[in-house]
Amino acid sequence: MNPLALEFMRLALLSAVLVGLVAPAVGVFLVQRRLALMGDGIGHVALTGVALGFLLGTAPVLTAVVVAAVGAVVLELVRQAGRTSGDVALALMFYGGIAGGVLLIGLAPGGTNANLLSYLFGSLTAVSPGDVVVISTLSVGVLLALGVFGRQLFAVCHDEEHARVMGLPVRALNLLLAVMAALTVTVAMRVVGLLLVSALMVVPVATAQQLVRGFRATVVVALCAGVLAAVSGVLGSYYVDTAPGALIVVLALALFGVAAAVGAVVRRRPRGASAAALPAGLAAR
Amino acid sequence: MSPVVALRGASVAYDGQPAVEDVDLVVDRGEVVAVLGANGSGKSTVVRAVVGLLPLVTGSLELFGTPRAHFREWTRLGYVPQRAGATTGVPATVREVVATGRLARTGLRRSGPADRRAVQAAIEAVGLADRARDSVGTLSGGQQQRVLIARALTCEPDLLVLDEPTAGVDLVSQSALATTLDGLVRRGTTVVLVAHELGPLHHLITRALTMADGRVLHDGPPPALDHLHVHDPEHAHPVHEVRDTTSPAWGLR
Repeated sequence: MNPLALEFMRLALLSAVLVGLVAPAVGVFLVQRRLALMGDGIGHVALTGVALGFLLGTAPVLTAVVVAAVGAVVLELVRQAGRTSGDVALALMFYGGIAGGVLLIGLAPGGTNANLLSYLFGSLTAVSPGDVVVISTLSVGVLLALGVFGRQLFAVCHDEEHARVMGLPVRALNLLLAVMAALTVTVAMRVVGLLLVSALMVVPVATAQQLVRGFRATVVVALCAGVLAAVSGVLGSYYVDTAPGALIVVLALALFGVAAAVGAVVRRRPRGASAAALPAGLAAR
Repeated sequence: MSPVVALRGASVAYDGQPAVEDVDLVVDRGEVVAVLGANGSGKSTVVRAVVGLLPLVTGSLELFGTPRAHFREWTRLGYVPQRAGATTGVPATVREVVATGRLARTGLRRSGPADRRAVQAAIEAVGLADRARDSVGTLSGGQQQRVLIARALTCEPDLLVLDEPTAGVDLVSQSALATTLDGLVRRGTTVVLVAHELGPLHHLITRALTMADGRVLHDGPPPALDHLHVHDPEHAHPVHEVRDTTSPAWGLR
């Protein structure tokens, strides 16, 4: 049977395409700043948000957006204050997010850890038209913001001090990136689950890095890899009846493996002009 | 006419520990001022305060006659940091990195043909036109330093501040830097640079500030070549030394 004939598959595919675009588009800036695990940290915090939604009787997606955004902003402020190193701040987020989620779901009426499972591992086939509206709105918002502020974000992530000397609003741009990362995590939560969100933000970027040299080229290849993994994961899970989130991530990793092999072969070929331009001592390094 | 840089009675502290105290650095248009001194003398701290990266504990700073707090003419100020911010998590090409310097002028608008020409001109000015599409991470330390200089040149600044542009840079790149700076100085650009040793830049310098222990020891004509290391016996290495392996620029690969 044609999977596109089923409404839940159409919704799932649309969500997958959006997440496949947005996650690497935001993730490339996190990787550039060497904060590849930030998406994971936000994902853990979002779990507290989901549980809070069950406790308050509101939509878990909305509370997850708010709590994840607050968590991301706090992480960014801690990082800017420079008192705690980035990895320790991330570790605090990991523990606080999971513990808060399990604690709050226990307090929610009739809540059990089972309620959290679909958010931890995704439940793409249970995506409702309402979810797709939320996912689409947030995705388009993030992509528009990247279109407007992308070059500024690149400058800040590449060299924060130089950006400050140039008069760029560095603090505001960093907070914007943190909020966009939080929105991306919440958008992707239904598709791949909070525990695997960061994979879609990082793995396509790592894949692109195996093949291309520039930032813009990395973005383009990463978006293609993200959409390819997301769409083929959803379709594949329909035919082999497996969890789509896990299949998407496994396919993304497989793409990375292929790219790494291709990249290694390409790099082994001598690039005469460039090698000759290096001083002899450096070419040997 | 007001001086390009007017730093007066400046003190800067890290975590409450004073790094420089009561420093005056007044630079007029067209001057090429070198700030010299040993490691830890406070020379980099002074220029980082000049570009606004470090707050003053006491004293005042004016750029082009405007107090720093009100200064908004970002395109007039070009800054070349000490460490090459070259190898971040995602590779970027020479052109992409240099183009970020132009953001001070373009803001949020799309870059147009004039902006692309300015970026190309800056890349050519530092002699890297043939490497424009290469990843910055594949360049040598000296070439990476030239990328950062090109980035600072994209807005054709009136004041160029360079923090240790010669540290850990091979002689070829030092000479290229001297040629580039020579052209800028002829066009009237004011230059403030921090250096351990002046090397091929020596003939460009119109005035030198020598620092020790966070204070200015000497402010006047540049020292003669053979006296350059008089306050810095530990670093009395010859100017032809190609690699300084302790310098951060070499640790980036």
